[in-house]
Amino acid sequence: MRKLSLYPFVWRIPLMVWQGLFFVGPLLLMVAMSFWLVQNYRMQPDFNFTNWERMLTRGYFWDAYWVTLWRASLTAVLASLIAFPASYGLAFHLSATARRWAIFCLIVPFFTSYLVRIYAWQVLLAESGPLNALFGNAGFGPFTMLNSGFGALVGYLTLVLPLVVILQTFSLSSIDRNLIEAAWNLGASPRETLLRVIVPAAKVGLIIGAVFAFILSFGDFVAPFYLGGSKPPTLSILIIDTTKSGQQWPRAAVVAIMMIVTLFVVAFAAVGAAYRKRK
Amino acid sequence: MSNSSLALTRRKLLAGAAGLALTTPMLNRAWAAEPTQINMLAWYGHAEPDIVAEFEAANNVKFVPKYYAGGDNMLALIAQSPPGTYDLILSDAEFVQQLNAAGYIEEMDASLYPFDEFFPEYQNFPGHWTGDQLWSVMVRFGLLGVSYNSDVLSRAEAMSYNAFWNPKLTGKVGHFDWHLPNLGQMALLLGNRNPSPFDISQDAWDAVQEKTLSLKPQVGGYFDYGGTFSGLKNGEMLAMAGIGDWITGVLQKDGAPVASVIPEEGGIQFTESYSIGKGTSKHDIVNKFIQYMLSPEGQVKTIQMAAYPGLSPTKSGWKAIQAANPAEAERSGLIEGHDQSPVKLLKEGRIFFRDIPRQQNLEDWNDFWSEYKTA
Repeated sequence: MRKLSLYPFVWRIPLMVWQGLFFVGPLLLMVAMSFWLVQNYRMQPDFNFTNWERMLTRGYFWDAYWVTLWRASLTAVLASLIAFPASYGLAFHLSATARRWAIFCLIVPFFTSYLVRIYAWQVLLAESGPLNALFGNAGFGPFTMLNSGFGALVGYLTLVLPLVVILQTFSLSSIDRNLIEAAWNLGASPRETLLRVIVPAAKVGLIIGAVFAFILSFGDFVAPFYLGGSKPPTLSILIIDTTKSGQQWPRAAVVAIMMIVTLFVVAFAAVGAAYRKRK
Repeated sequence: MSNSSLALTRRKLLAGAAGLALTTPMLNRAWAAEPTQINMLAWYGHAEPDIVAEFEAANNVKFVPKYYAGGDNMLALIAQSPPGTYDLILSDAEFVQQLNAAGYIEEMDASLYPFDEFFPEYQNFPGHWTGDQLWSVMVRFGLLGVSYNSDVLSRAEAMSYNAFWNPKLTGKVGHFDWHLPNLGQMALLLGNRNPSPFDISQDAWDAVQEKTLSLKPQVGGYFDYGGTFSGLKNGEMLAMAGIGDWITGVLQKDGAPVASVIPEEGGIQFTESYSIGKGTSKHDIVNKFIQYMLSPEGQVKTIQMAAYPGLSPTKSGWKAIQAANPAEAERSGLIEGHDQSPVKLLKEGRIFFRDIPRQQNLEDWNDFWSEYKTA
């Protein structure tokens, strides 16, 4: 018979309490709230499917859903692809000290508010901004970058790229160098070494990096609003719109639950893929 | 021995003096009465120093503002607070009836306010009165029309809402992200003036939706207060629907080439009014503040409010701003006979008070706005 050990259980208690108070509790409240009704700008507890029916039968909800899903997926792919050469260089071509400094430099952007960085991008991307001035000097443009899907994408990458580089760098740095040398000794080309040794060995970190990029950009409000011009609105903007008009927090809860369910599905699928053993 | 005694005395003297110096501010503070706190629920800017500092100093009061963003937000904040939380509520006029119906505001004593000074058109503002009972007092208002970049569009071109479809503006027309002023302007463009662009039949509403959707290729984005400012200022948006001088007036002061006009089809008026929160115990000082804001001095302040300018509903307010800042009076049309004078425009039937939809459900307008944004 397995003996119950008190020691590890006690150490788990803070985590369980934290998760219960700040994740499970609010989540359950939000699920309950999605069945409530708003009367005279006050939420009334109820068990009514009106909010679900209303939101899920509206074309604009699904338009916003697919736009959000597409943009988050694109950001995850682009961030992973853009980050990989940098992470590779940091992991394999820098000394440990230089790598530490590089990681520090990647953390520094987080010292500044994300909103402030987005406002800086507004200036840079404007038609009268410095980037278009440079393009103009080279005989191109001006290009419309602000208030567009491109602008939103720049914002998403501002948010996620440093994090993806850090996660990828940690993952690549922990690869056993003997495996790479063995591949070379066995005559593998650099491309084969990369695709058949390095990427599979760093798979977990690479996927986790992409998942973080997806999660952060899927729920982001700032980039699509301030750089994308709400054109078209994403789910986070839809939540704001729904609460602004008529104080429909229960309907906003429906949108939020759909977002959480999507994130759970994507995260579990990705983690499953990351840890799946090769047959 | 005597030296020692002297040293001790000196030390005591120094300690006593230091103690006295340190406690003097406390004594001063204790002598002065604590300022009376006035809790104000308002749009941003109405309890900032440029508006209230002089009144605070003269009356030993302290305004504690809670700022909201939109009438729905305001109603929700009151609904979620105990009675008496807010002493003074600044509300958009179309929400006064809802405040009253929900029992959030107290009846006001009309004899306390200078209604004789009001232009007749504003003395009996719709929704502020039920019979002889007064529930809210108008303090300022503003007009919403066509706001545009004057380097790109001439004033003559901007004198119709059709300007938004001008090929010069493709991808550069912004919307202030609120359905009421935008859809009201579309209703005006289609000639829905009688009785109001917010009181339209189902057929007219269908036509408004169709016309609005046709603007979609011109649209560059949907913006909040800050986004509207920066969009117009950096030239990213060359025209903006749903706003007026309350935005462009601030930008003009910064030298931006922007302006607002009330087009031929008419404009929409937003109206800001003070109500007294139910359950307050500070009637005297709140009434005194409302009187102050309706005085020529208060009207000059509110016309030039730093957060966003407004227009005065009182004759004495117009005279005061003409004397205090003739350029501002000219710019905002607060001169009788001026071609953009709000009273003249109102008399000509070109101004309509912003309202909630009368023949459709508010949710229908809101739903359409969401559909339009994703179209």
